[in-house]
Amino acid sequence: MLATAIIVFREVLEAALIIGIVLAATQGLARRANWVSAGIVAGVAGAGLVAWFADTISAALAGIGQEVFNAGIMLFAVVMLGWHNVWMKRHGREMAQHMRDLGQAVKLGSRSMTMLAVVIGLAVLREGSEVVLFLYGVAVAQPDSPGLMLSGGLLGLLSGAIVGLLMYRGLLRISSRHLFAVTTWMITLLASGMAAQAAGFLMQADLLPPLVQSMWDTSGIVAQNSVFGRVLQTLIGYVDHPSGIQVLFYAVTLISIVLLMRLYGSMSSSHKVQPIRAMET
Amino acid sequence: MRAMIARRTQFIVATALWLAAGPGLAVGEELLTLKLTARNGRFYPETIEVPAGTRFKIVITNEGPGPEEFESSELNKEKVLAAGVTSFLVFAPLKPGTYRFFGEFHPDTAQGRIVVK
Repeated sequence: MLATAIIVFREVLEAALIIGIVLAATQGLARRANWVSAGIVAGVAGAGLVAWFADTISAALAGIGQEVFNAGIMLFAVVMLGWHNVWMKRHGREMAQHMRDLGQAVKLGSRSMTMLAVVIGLAVLREGSEVVLFLYGVAVAQPDSPGLMLSGGLLGLLSGAIVGLLMYRGLLRISSRHLFAVTTWMITLLASGMAAQAAGFLMQADLLPPLVQSMWDTSGIVAQNSVFGRVLQTLIGYVDHPSGIQVLFYAVTLISIVLLMRLYGSMSSSHKVQPIRAMET
Repeated sequence: MRAMIARRTQFIVATALWLAAGPGLAVGEELLTLKLTARNGRFYPETIEVPAGTRFKIVITNEGPGPEEFESSELNKEKVLAAGVTSFLVFAPLKPGTYRFFGEFHPDTAQGRIVVK
Protein backbone atom coordinates (compact mmCIF):
# COMPACT_ATOMS: atom_id res chain seq x y z
CA MET A 1 0.00 0.00 0.00
CA LEU A 2 2.82 2.39 0.91
CA ALA A 3 4.58 1.69 -2.41
CA THR A 4 1.38 2.56 -4.25
CA ALA A 5 0.99 5.73 -2.21
CA ILE A 6 4.55 6.86 -2.94
CA ILE A 7 4.24 6.32 -6.68
CA VAL A 8 0.89 8.12 -6.86
CA PHE A 9 2.34 10.94 -4.75
CA ARG A 10 5.25 11.39 -7.16
CA GLU A 11 2.90 11.59 -10.11
CA VAL A 12 0.42 13.94 -8.40
CA LEU A 13 3.12 16.27 -7.10
CA GLU A 14 3.60 18.31 -10.28
CA ALA A 15 -0.09 19.02 -10.81
CA ALA A 16 -0.54 19.84 -7.10
CA LEU A 17 2.29 22.39 -7.15
CA ILE A 18 0.92 23.99 -10.30
CA ILE A 19 -2.53 24.30 -8.73
CA GLY A 20 -0.98 25.84 -5.59
CA ILE A 21 0.86 28.45 -7.66
CA VAL A 22 -2.21 29.25 -9.77
CA LEU A 23 -4.34 29.68 -6.65
CA ALA A 24 -1.80 32.14 -5.24
CA ALA A 25 -1.44 33.95 -8.56
CA THR A 26 -5.18 34.44 -8.84
CA GLN A 27 -5.66 35.67 -5.30
CA GLY A 28 -8.56 38.12 -5.37
CA LEU A 29 -9.88 37.19 -8.80
CA ALA A 30 -13.61 36.63 -8.81
CA ARG A 31 -14.96 33.09 -9.08
CA ARG A 32 -11.52 31.55 -9.23
CA ALA A 33 -12.62 28.56 -7.17
CA ASN A 34 -15.11 27.69 -9.91
CA TRP A 35 -12.48 27.96 -12.62
CA VAL A 36 -9.88 25.97 -10.71
CA SER A 37 -12.42 23.25 -9.90
CA ALA A 38 -13.56 23.16 -13.52
CA GLY A 39 -9.92 22.75 -14.60
CA ILE A 40 -9.38 19.88 -12.16
CA VAL A 41 -12.61 18.09 -13.11
CA ALA A 42 -11.89 18.44 -16.83
CA GLY A 43 -8.33 17.24 -16.20
CA VAL A 44 -9.48 14.14 -14.32
CA ALA A 45 -11.97 13.28 -17.06
CA GLY A 46 -9.25 13.85 -19.67
CA ALA A 47 -6.83 11.67 -17.70
CA GLY A 48 -9.31 8.79 -17.82
CA LEU A 49 -9.71 9.21 -21.57
CA VAL A 50 -5.95 9.41 -22.19
CA ALA A 51 -5.35 6.32 -20.07
CA TRP A 52 -8.09 4.47 -21.93
CA PHE A 53 -6.56 5.36 -25.29
CA ALA A 54 -2.96 4.96 -24.10
CA ASP A 55 -2.26 2.14 -26.57
CA THR A 56 -3.66 4.11 -29.49
CA ILE A 57 -1.77 7.27 -28.58
CA SER A 58 1.44 5.34 -28.03
CA ALA A 59 1.20 3.54 -31.39
CA ALA A 60 0.30 6.70 -33.32
CA LEU A 61 2.79 8.45 -35.63
CA ALA A 62 4.89 5.30 -36.06
CA GLY A 63 5.47 4.82 -32.33
CA ILE A 64 6.25 8.37 -31.27
CA GLY A 65 2.65 9.40 -30.55
CA GLN A 66 3.15 9.53 -26.80
CA GLU A 67 6.15 11.87 -27.05
CA VAL A 68 4.44 14.19 -29.53
CA PHE A 69 1.26 14.19 -27.44
CA ASN A 70 3.13 15.06 -24.23
CA ALA A 71 5.22 17.71 -25.94
CA GLY A 72 2.13 19.22 -27.56
CA ILE A 73 0.28 19.45 -24.25
CA MET A 74 3.26 21.03 -22.54
CA LEU A 75 3.92 23.56 -25.30
CA PHE A 76 0.26 24.55 -25.28
CA ALA A 77 0.46 25.08 -21.51
CA VAL A 78 3.62 27.16 -22.02
CA VAL A 79 1.74 29.48 -24.40
CA MET A 80 -1.18 29.79 -21.95
CA LEU A 81 1.14 30.60 -19.03
CA GLY A 82 3.07 33.18 -21.04
CA TRP A 83 -0.15 34.72 -22.26
CA HIS A 84 -1.48 34.91 -18.71
CA ASN A 85 1.63 36.76 -17.54
CA VAL A 86 1.45 39.31 -20.34
CA TRP A 87 -2.29 39.73 -19.85
CA MET A 88 -2.00 40.21 -16.10
CA LYS A 89 0.79 42.73 -16.54
CA ARG A 90 -1.41 44.67 -18.90
CA HIS A 91 -4.66 44.52 -16.97
CA GLY A 92 -3.58 43.85 -13.39
CA ARG A 93 -3.78 47.43 -12.22
CA GLU A 94 -7.01 48.02 -14.10
CA MET A 95 -8.48 45.04 -12.31
CA ALA A 96 -7.34 46.25 -8.91
CA GLN A 97 -9.03 49.58 -9.58
CA HIS A 98 -12.27 47.85 -10.42
CA MET A 99 -12.22 45.47 -7.51
CA ARG A 100 -15.25 47.19 -6.01
CA ASP A 101 -17.19 46.90 -9.22
CA LEU A 102 -17.87 43.21 -8.98
CA GLY A 103 -19.38 42.76 -12.43
CA GLN A 104 -16.36 44.30 -14.13
CA ALA A 105 -13.95 42.29 -12.00
CA VAL A 106 -15.72 39.08 -12.95
CA LYS A 107 -15.55 39.95 -16.63
CA LEU A 108 -11.86 40.82 -16.52
CA GLY A 109 -10.93 38.00 -14.20
CA SER A 110 -12.64 35.31 -16.20
CA ARG A 111 -10.45 35.87 -19.24
CA SER A 112 -7.25 35.28 -17.34
CA MET A 113 -8.80 32.47 -15.32
CA THR A 114 -9.78 30.61 -18.48
CA MET A 115 -6.13 30.35 -19.49
CA LEU A 116 -5.02 29.18 -16.06
CA ALA A 117 -7.92 26.73 -15.80
CA VAL A 118 -6.71 25.21 -19.09
CA VAL A 119 -3.19 24.94 -17.66
CA ILE A 120 -4.53 23.17 -14.57
CA GLY A 121 -6.66 20.88 -16.71
CA LEU A 122 -3.67 19.92 -18.86
CA ALA A 123 -1.39 19.32 -15.85
CA VAL A 124 -3.99 17.09 -14.20
CA LEU A 125 -4.65 15.28 -17.47
CA ARG A 126 -0.98 14.53 -18.12
CA GLU A 127 -0.03 13.41 -14.63
CA GLY A 128 -3.44 11.92 -13.90
CA SER A 129 -3.40 9.63 -16.91
CA GLU A 130 -0.25 7.99 -15.57
CA VAL A 131 -1.85 7.58 -12.15
CA VAL A 132 -4.91 5.95 -13.74
CA LEU A 133 -2.71 3.61 -15.79
CA PHE A 134 -0.61 2.73 -12.76
CA LEU A 135 -3.59 2.06 -10.48
CA TYR A 136 -5.18 0.00 -13.21
CA GLY A 137 -1.96 -2.00 -13.38
CA VAL A 138 -1.96 -2.58 -9.63
CA ALA A 139 -5.60 -3.66 -9.82
CA VAL A 140 -4.73 -6.18 -12.53
CA ALA A 141 -1.71 -7.53 -10.64
CA GLN A 142 -3.50 -7.87 -7.30
CA PRO A 143 -7.18 -8.37 -8.03
CA ASP A 144 -7.84 -9.65 -4.50
CA SER A 145 -7.07 -6.47 -2.62
CA PRO A 146 -8.82 -3.52 -4.23
CA GLY A 147 -9.11 -1.86 -0.82
CA LEU A 148 -5.35 -1.71 -0.38
CA MET A 149 -4.89 -0.24 -3.81
CA LEU A 150 -7.60 2.35 -3.27
CA SER A 151 -6.28 3.42 0.11
CA GLY A 152 -2.74 3.62 -1.27
CA GLY A 153 -3.94 5.72 -4.16
CA LEU A 154 -5.96 8.00 -1.89
CA LEU A 155 -3.05 8.40 0.53
CA GLY A 156 -0.78 9.40 -2.37
CA LEU A 157 -3.37 11.80 -3.73
CA LEU A 158 -3.90 13.34 -0.30
CA SER A 159 -0.17 13.80 0.31
CA GLY A 160 0.15 15.49 -3.06
CA ALA A 161 -2.77 17.77 -2.28
CA ILE A 162 -1.17 18.70 1.05
CA VAL A 163 2.04 19.74 -0.71
CA GLY A 164 -0.03 21.88 -3.11
CA LEU A 165 -1.83 23.44 -0.16
CA LEU A 166 1.47 24.15 1.61
CA MET A 167 2.74 25.82 -1.55
CA TYR A 168 -0.37 28.00 -1.65
CA ARG A 169 -0.29 28.86 2.04
CA GLY A 170 3.43 29.61 1.85
CA LEU A 171 2.93 31.98 -1.06
CA LEU A 172 0.12 33.78 0.74
CA ARG A 173 2.54 34.68 3.50
CA ILE A 174 4.27 36.98 1.07
CA SER A 175 2.89 40.49 1.47
CA SER A 176 0.26 41.29 -1.13
CA ARG A 177 2.48 44.03 -2.50
CA HIS A 178 5.07 41.51 -3.66
CA LEU A 179 2.84 38.51 -4.24
CA PHE A 180 2.03 39.45 -7.83
CA ALA A 181 5.72 39.86 -8.75
CA VAL A 182 6.60 36.56 -7.09
CA THR A 183 3.84 34.55 -8.76
CA THR A 184 4.63 36.16 -12.12
CA TRP A 185 8.20 34.95 -11.84
CA MET A 186 7.12 31.51 -10.65
CA ILE A 187 4.80 31.16 -13.63
CA THR A 188 7.58 32.30 -15.97
CA LEU A 189 9.97 29.67 -14.57
CA LEU A 190 7.21 27.04 -14.61
CA ALA A 191 6.60 27.75 -18.31
CA SER A 192 10.33 27.68 -19.14
CA GLY A 193 10.72 24.35 -17.37
CA MET A 194 7.75 22.92 -19.26
CA ALA A 195 9.28 24.06 -22.55
CA ALA A 196 12.49 22.25 -21.62
CA GLN A 197 10.52 19.10 -20.77
CA ALA A 198 8.68 19.33 -24.08
CA ALA A 199 12.04 19.60 -25.86
CA GLY A 200 13.09 16.46 -23.99
CA PHE A 201 10.08 14.56 -25.36
CA LEU A 202 10.67 15.80 -28.92
CA MET A 203 14.31 14.81 -28.60
CA GLN A 204 13.30 11.38 -27.35
CA ALA A 205 11.05 11.04 -30.41
CA ASP A 206 14.08 11.94 -32.52
CA LEU A 207 12.30 15.02 -33.86
CA LEU A 208 14.83 17.42 -32.38
CA PRO A 209 18.60 16.93 -32.14
CA PRO A 210 20.04 17.02 -28.60
CA LEU A 211 22.71 19.50 -29.85
CA VAL A 212 24.78 18.60 -26.79
CA GLN A 213 23.98 15.31 -25.05
CA SER A 214 24.64 16.63 -21.55
CA MET A 215 25.38 20.26 -20.75
CA TRP A 216 26.15 19.53 -17.11
CA ASP A 217 25.55 16.84 -14.52
CA THR A 218 24.23 17.75 -11.09
CA SER A 219 22.67 14.37 -10.32
CA GLY A 220 25.21 13.99 -7.51
CA ILE A 221 23.76 17.05 -5.76
CA VAL A 222 20.03 16.64 -6.47
CA ALA A 223 18.90 13.56 -8.39
CA GLN A 224 16.05 14.36 -10.70
CA ASN A 225 13.98 11.33 -9.75
CA SER A 226 14.13 12.13 -6.03
CA VAL A 227 11.07 13.87 -4.60
CA PHE A 228 13.05 17.07 -4.10
CA GLY A 229 14.31 16.82 -7.68
CA ARG A 230 10.73 16.51 -8.89
CA VAL A 231 9.65 19.55 -6.92
CA LEU A 232 12.54 21.53 -8.38
CA GLN A 233 11.73 20.24 -11.85
CA THR A 234 8.21 21.63 -11.61
CA LEU A 235 9.12 24.90 -9.92
CA ILE A 236 12.20 25.98 -11.85
CA GLY A 237 12.50 23.36 -14.59
CA TYR A 238 15.42 21.56 -12.94
CA VAL A 239 16.97 18.80 -15.06
CA ASP A 240 20.06 17.06 -13.71
CA HIS A 241 21.43 16.13 -17.16
CA PRO A 242 20.00 18.74 -19.50
CA SER A 243 20.76 18.41 -23.19
CA GLY A 244 21.66 21.43 -25.27
CA ILE A 245 18.23 21.68 -26.87
CA GLN A 246 16.54 21.65 -23.44
CA VAL A 247 18.68 24.53 -22.21
CA LEU A 248 17.95 26.36 -25.47
CA PHE A 249 14.17 25.89 -25.13
CA TYR A 250 14.34 27.00 -21.51
CA ALA A 251 16.29 30.15 -22.33
CA VAL A 252 14.20 31.08 -25.37
CA THR A 253 10.94 30.68 -23.40
CA LEU A 254 12.22 32.63 -20.42
CA ILE A 255 13.54 35.49 -22.56
CA SER A 256 10.42 35.55 -24.78
CA ILE A 257 8.02 35.80 -21.84
CA VAL A 258 10.06 38.54 -20.16
CA LEU A 259 10.36 40.48 -23.43
CA LEU A 260 6.68 40.09 -24.30
CA MET A 261 5.75 41.30 -20.83
CA ARG A 262 7.97 44.36 -21.30
CA LEU A 263 6.70 45.04 -24.81
CA TYR A 264 3.00 44.48 -24.44
CA GLY A 265 2.53 44.62 -20.70
CA SER A 266 2.97 48.34 -20.23
CA MET A 267 1.66 49.55 -23.59
CA SER A 268 -1.87 50.19 -22.43
CA SER A 269 -1.11 52.79 -19.74
CA SER A 270 -3.22 55.42 -21.52
CA HIS A 271 -5.86 52.77 -22.00
CA LYS A 272 -6.27 52.14 -18.30
CA VAL A 273 -7.75 55.49 -17.38
CA GLN A 274 -10.63 55.36 -19.81
CA PRO A 275 -12.98 52.92 -18.15
CA ILE A 276 -12.80 54.88 -14.89
CA ARG A 277 -13.82 58.07 -16.59
CA ALA A 278 -16.65 56.30 -18.29
CA MET A 279 -17.90 55.17 -14.93
CA GLU A 280 -17.70 58.57 -13.33
CA THR A 281 -19.89 60.29 -15.91
CA MET B 1 2.86 37.91 -30.15
CA ARG B 2 4.18 38.12 -33.70
CA ALA B 3 7.59 36.98 -32.48
CA MET B 4 5.93 34.07 -30.75
CA ILE B 5 4.01 33.10 -33.86
CA ALA B 6 7.18 33.37 -35.93
CA ARG B 7 9.01 31.22 -33.41
CA ARG B 8 6.25 28.66 -33.42
CA THR B 9 6.09 28.65 -37.18
CA GLN B 10 9.83 28.09 -37.36
CA PHE B 11 9.49 25.32 -34.88
CA ILE B 12 6.68 23.66 -36.81
CA VAL B 13 8.68 23.92 -40.03
CA ALA B 14 11.73 22.46 -38.31
CA THR B 15 9.63 19.65 -36.88
CA ALA B 16 8.13 18.92 -40.27
CA LEU B 17 11.60 18.81 -41.83
CA TRP B 18 12.80 16.39 -39.19
CA LEU B 19 9.75 14.24 -39.70
CA ALA B 20 10.38 14.23 -43.41
CA ALA B 21 14.10 13.50 -43.05
CA GLY B 22 13.92 11.04 -40.14
CA PRO B 23 12.35 7.98 -41.80
CA GLY B 24 14.59 8.42 -44.85
CA LEU B 25 17.70 8.32 -42.69
CA ALA B 26 16.53 5.31 -40.75
CA VAL B 27 16.31 3.24 -43.93
CA GLY B 28 19.84 4.14 -45.03
CA GLU B 29 21.82 3.49 -41.86
CA GLU B 30 21.28 0.01 -40.42
CA LEU B 31 20.39 1.05 -36.84
CA LEU B 32 21.76 -1.14 -34.04
CA THR B 33 18.65 -2.55 -32.38
CA LEU B 34 18.42 -4.22 -28.99
CA LYS B 35 15.51 -5.84 -27.20
CA LEU B 36 14.25 -5.19 -23.68
CA THR B 37 11.31 -6.88 -22.00
CA ALA B 38 9.43 -5.76 -18.91
CA ARG B 39 7.67 -8.56 -17.07
CA ASN B 40 6.35 -8.87 -13.50
CA GLY B 41 8.02 -5.67 -12.41
CA ARG B 42 11.45 -6.55 -13.77
CA PHE B 43 13.49 -5.85 -16.90
CA TYR B 44 15.03 -8.62 -19.01
CA PRO B 45 17.95 -8.35 -19.61
CA GLU B 46 18.99 -6.04 -16.82
CA THR B 47 22.23 -5.13 -18.53
CA ILE B 48 22.42 -3.96 -22.12
CA GLU B 49 25.82 -3.46 -23.73
CA VAL B 50 26.32 -1.08 -26.62
CA PRO B 51 29.41 0.34 -28.33
CA ALA B 52 30.33 3.95 -27.62
CA GLY B 53 29.63 6.68 -30.16
CA THR B 54 26.92 4.76 -32.02
CA ARG B 55 23.27 5.59 -32.42
CA PHE B 56 21.11 2.70 -31.30
CA LYS B 57 17.54 1.70 -30.73
CA ILE B 58 15.94 -0.30 -27.93
CA VAL B 59 12.69 -2.07 -28.69
CA ILE B 60 10.77 -2.45 -25.43
CA THR B 61 7.99 -4.94 -24.89
CA ASN B 62 5.87 -4.82 -21.78
CA GLU B 63 4.52 -8.29 -21.14
CA GLY B 64 2.68 -7.06 -18.06
CA PRO B 65 0.78 -7.54 -15.94
CA GLY B 66 -0.15 -3.88 -15.95
CA PRO B 67 1.64 -0.90 -17.45
CA GLU B 68 5.27 0.06 -16.94
CA GLU B 69 7.13 3.30 -17.45
CA PHE B 70 10.67 3.09 -18.72
CA GLU B 71 12.54 5.98 -17.18
CA SER B 72 16.11 7.16 -17.11
CA SER B 73 16.98 10.63 -15.95
CA GLU B 74 20.60 9.99 -16.91
CA LEU B 75 19.50 9.45 -20.49
CA ASN B 76 16.58 11.88 -20.46
CA LYS B 77 14.03 9.24 -21.40
CA GLU B 78 10.59 8.36 -20.09
CA LYS B 79 8.03 6.25 -21.85
CA VAL B 80 4.83 4.65 -20.60
CA LEU B 81 3.95 1.21 -21.96
CA ALA B 82 0.56 -0.33 -21.39
CA ALA B 83 0.50 -4.10 -20.86
CA GLY B 84 1.14 -6.03 -24.06
CA VAL B 85 2.55 -3.00 -25.89
CA THR B 86 5.80 -2.92 -27.83
CA SER B 87 7.46 0.40 -28.56
CA PHE B 88 10.94 1.76 -29.10
CA LEU B 89 13.39 4.44 -28.04
CA VAL B 90 16.26 5.80 -30.12
CA PHE B 91 19.43 6.78 -28.30
CA ALA B 92 21.96 9.32 -29.50
CA PRO B 93 25.63 8.20 -29.49
CA LEU B 94 26.84 7.89 -25.89
CA LYS B 95 30.19 8.24 -24.18
CA PRO B 96 31.57 5.12 -22.42
CA GLY B 97 30.04 4.56 -19.01
CA THR B 98 27.10 3.04 -17.18
CA TYR B 99 23.67 4.59 -17.52
CA ARG B 100 20.94 3.38 -15.21
CA PHE B 101 17.27 3.07 -16.04
CA PHE B 102 14.30 1.94 -14.00
CA GLY B 103 10.60 1.15 -14.18
CA GLU B 104 8.73 4.03 -12.62
CA PHE B 105 5.81 1.79 -11.67
CA HIS B 106 8.05 -0.82 -9.99
CA PRO B 107 10.98 1.30 -8.84
CA ASP B 108 12.24 -1.25 -6.28
CA THR B 109 12.60 -4.22 -8.59
CA ALA B 110 12.61 -2.95 -12.16
CA GLN B 111 16.16 -1.70 -12.50
CA GLY B 112 18.66 -2.02 -15.28
CA ARG B 113 21.65 -0.39 -16.90
CA ILE B 114 23.03 0.36 -20.30
CA VAL B 115 26.77 -0.23 -20.38
CA VAL B 116 28.51 1.73 -23.11
CA LYS B 117 31.97 0.50 -24.06
